[in-house]
Amino acid sequence: MTEEILRVENLNKFYGDRHILHDINFTLHQGEVLTLLGPSGSGKSTLIRCLNGLEDFSSGAVYFKGEKIKPTDKNWQEIRQKIGMVFQSYDLFPNLTVMENILLAPTKVQKRAKDQVAQEAEGLLKDVGLEKYADSYPRELSGGQKQRIAIVRALIMHPEVMLLDEVTASLDPEMVRGILQIMTKLSKKHHMTMIIVTHEMGFAEQIADQVLFLEDGRILENTPGKAFFAQPKTERARDFLESMDF
Amino acid sequence: MEHSVINVLFVGNNFARIMQGLWTSVWISVDSLAAGLVLGTLLGILRTLPSKPLRFILRLYLEFFRIVPTIVLLYLVYYILPRSFNISWPASWMAILAFALWVAAEFSDIVRGAIESVPVTQKESGLALGLSKTQLFRYVLLPQAVQLELPATINLATRVIKTTSLLMMISIMDVIAIGQQIIEANNQKYPTAVFWIYGLIFILYFIIDYPLSLWSKKLAAKENR
Repeated sequence: MTEEILRVENLNKFYGDRHILHDINFTLHQGEVLTLLGPSGSGKSTLIRCLNGLEDFSSGAVYFKGEKIKPTDKNWQEIRQKIGMVFQSYDLFPNLTVMENILLAPTKVQKRAKDQVAQEAEGLLKDVGLEKYADSYPRELSGGQKQRIAIVRALIMHPEVMLLDEVTASLDPEMVRGILQIMTKLSKKHHMTMIIVTHEMGFAEQIADQVLFLEDGRILENTPGKAFFAQPKTERARDFLESMDF
Repeated sequence: MEHSVINVLFVGNNFARIMQGLWTSVWISVDSLAAGLVLGTLLGILRTLPSKPLRFILRLYLEFFRIVPTIVLLYLVYYILPRSFNISWPASWMAILAFALWVAAEFSDIVRGAIESVPVTQKESGLALGLSKTQLFRYVLLPQAVQLELPATINLATRVIKTTSLLMMISIMDVIAIGQQIIEANNQKYPTAVFWIYGLIFILYFIIDYPLSLWSKKLAAKENR
């Protein structure tokens, strides 16, 4: 059995009286790709944001490599260096160049030597085909380019797991494919452990080792990827796949 | 005879004295802006923190300085402070104190507004990279806030420069006070000197303030693009 990276136990979340996440349980092992699927408002994004402390939860626990994360600001700040996250809206820092965006966290948070990180950054930029844009500002880039930079900015921290929250949702269709290819390469070639929230069903089927199907904050199915797409266990999941024209 | 009134400006060292007065106004503005912007940045950051009592106190501070007329502030620091607290600083220091506290109050509101208008997703993506709260402020939020607040800050600077014309009320020899001395000294010989002296002062203030005003307009237009 490969090493356990993340484990979620009986996680519940309330917004006031509203029960947003019901008793979430799952385990993610090294090198696995887990996709969170489900209709809008089912709690996918809230759940993924609970895993790096951007949202707090009401009860339950998250374990990173077998150790329970104490949900304090300081602890989350430490652990976030190991849990990379990329968002739907890219959120590059507009006041910094591409290279400065990438170097900020490794040099300030991890205190790594600037020239070494810069060298690594150049390599990663080359991998995503953007080596010419190191000195550009985010406003000069297209959405797809910004998202590729955001992925590089997360990868350079050497995370042990990546959280990808609808990273293609606000991109032009022709940009989407490039981002999906990068994620596929990350998984197949670099064996990156990932949790992906997506509406790209074809991509999910291809990449998912494990599927969590959520509705109204409950896990309706926790199934190996291939099995979920071949034969969903619940009728709700079948309807969902059909509605996605898949 | 009438056209020679303009001589008033250049008789003896009148022109040099007016420039001296202008210089006093300018350096009091610059010093109080420098001190006020530093203090205001600090207060502005504090006002974005969640503590309710702190925010309430700073809000009171802002409202006090926003509501009380500047002339009253000057009298407070010039007449009341020295008597009640036994402080005997030169009038120009007192003026800088009053102006700096006023600038700090106004600027704290500009800073707070700017920080709060940086999108929350910027904050989250910074945190997700492992930045501490302080690092997030220093490298992400403040630099973006500075750009947002620049037009309003320049606007504030022009207001401060204009308001230095009140300094004569606490016997500081600013450009207005010197202008009045010259007018009074020449009242017999050149009764229309008042027009020329104030005309010159008008032009001097305009030369200082107008470029600032243009700059602020340009920046604001750029932002709205």
